[in-house]
Amino acid sequence: MDATPSSQPIIEVENLTTYYGPRRILNGVNLSVQRGEIMVIMGGSGSGKSTLLRHLLGLNRPATGSIRLLGRDLASIGGLELHELRREIGVAFQGGALIRSMTVGENVRLPLREHARLDEATMGIMTRMKLEVVNLAGFEDLMPAELSGGMIKRAALARAVIMDPKLLFFDEPSAGLDPVVAAELDELILRLRDALGVTVVVVTHELESAFKIADRITVLDQGEILVAGTVDEVRACGNARVQNLLNRRPQEEVLDVDEYLHRLTGHGV
Amino acid sequence: MVRAIVERIGSQTLRGVGELGYAVALLGESLYWTALGKRRKQAVRLAAVFHEAAVIGVQATPIVAVLAFAVGVMLAIQGIATLRPFGAESKVVLGVAMAVTREFAPLIVGILVAGRSGSAITARIGTMHESQELDALRVIGISPVRYLAAPVLLGMLIAVPTLTVLGDLMGILGGAVLSSLQLDMSMHAYLERTLAALTPDDIRQGLIKSLVFAVIIAQVGVSNGFQVGSGAEGVGRSTTRSVVLSISAIVLADMVFTFFLNR
Repeated sequence: MDATPSSQPIIEVENLTTYYGPRRILNGVNLSVQRGEIMVIMGGSGSGKSTLLRHLLGLNRPATGSIRLLGRDLASIGGLELHELRREIGVAFQGGALIRSMTVGENVRLPLREHARLDEATMGIMTRMKLEVVNLAGFEDLMPAELSGGMIKRAALARAVIMDPKLLFFDEPSAGLDPVVAAELDELILRLRDALGVTVVVVTHELESAFKIADRITVLDQGEILVAGTVDEVRACGNARVQNLLNRRPQEEVLDVDEYLHRLTGHGV
Repeated sequence: MVRAIVERIGSQTLRGVGELGYAVALLGESLYWTALGKRRKQAVRLAAVFHEAAVIGVQATPIVAVLAFAVGVMLAIQGIATLRPFGAESKVVLGVAMAVTREFAPLIVGILVAGRSGSAITARIGTMHESQELDALRVIGISPVRYLAAPVLLGMLIAVPTLTVLGDLMGILGGAVLSSLQLDMSMHAYLERTLAALTPDDIRQGLIKSLVFAVIIAQVGVSNGFQVGSGAEGVGRSTTRSVVLSISAIVLADMVFTFFLNR
């Protein structure tokens, strides 16, 4: 089953370019994630990080470029193979994306029910084990609507790791949470990586969280990768846009008078 | 001016054809999962199908019974009034029996289910789309079509014809009750004459239509749900659209099928 030798990256993105209508969202993105590391993809809103994530999850098809997950090319992979590949990948979405008509427990065991042939008792034990890991023991029978924001994210994390995936994606773990809960979630991600040996990709715009959990950081801006490296390398990066992002300075926009007038008069591009 | 109108007609037609194509493609995919899901390790769950059938069918039973009964009564009143000048009031039995089984029971059930369940299906899938639940299903390895659309289609195909049979019975009962009160005819005699007048073809016509309506409601509801626009407003708009479209499609399909089934 393990098709990837340990030296080979878990994720390889080559020259990925995508469009939304005529607008280019990602421009020649290259990215590689090594086994066992926590890679944080960082960028402001509109940087293309959510689009990049959707492509990494195989939800969108790239215009050009290739994406290899666990050694398999998403573009050429067949339906059944993709189905098998999905067993190795866990995803925790930004808003949790728990199925609202199901209890927390049913949500967490949904991947098990679909992928594994296990009896109810075993699935129940596995579900409760994962809920313990994310500190949600005893909340199995509640509906998602009865949980707080932080609990929903933790339940989503439990669902993401129920199959013991090799690769875990986490979209905006700290968005919408108070600092204490956000910090707890960061700790949880670190603990999970150590306990399960899983490779983690976190997409976030939160600097503090990124610096705390990342082994490496990729900074994305306007669809392009500005820098990718360890936390220290990114901090030391001389690129002005990276420094603006790190120091929370607004981007200085150079005003083109002609274009500005064009925009105002409605004849602009 | 003229050009703008022509352009609008053109773009709307294009959109309409595109949507029709999408709904048909979804139908194909639902049937694909139903037939081959097991081989692809994604069987359509029987429990989900029966759950849908129960929600669509069982819960609509009282209202279908009441409406079909009312339609039967109205048909009998109008029938008796129309036939009285000819002194042929007793022929109302035939009129009610044929009108209910061929036309009114499937139509009433179709419109009712479209309003009740079609909108609910669109709203449900639309909000799931909004909250990324559909994406969550996809990354778990669950095709949303197989998980959400196929059970709806199969549930409809069970529930709508079943409700139509109920509508047939209640409509005829309505005619019988009214006639027994207004005409010198016992309920028993009315029902016996109905049985003698009806042919299997009458029932078959109604059931064929009800199957068509079931497919229309399911596909319009599901495809509008998957294509929902952004925000809560998007879900609301799609829901309204789904109901209007499926009721219109049902009435038009009814006309076409009535024409061809009676040739």
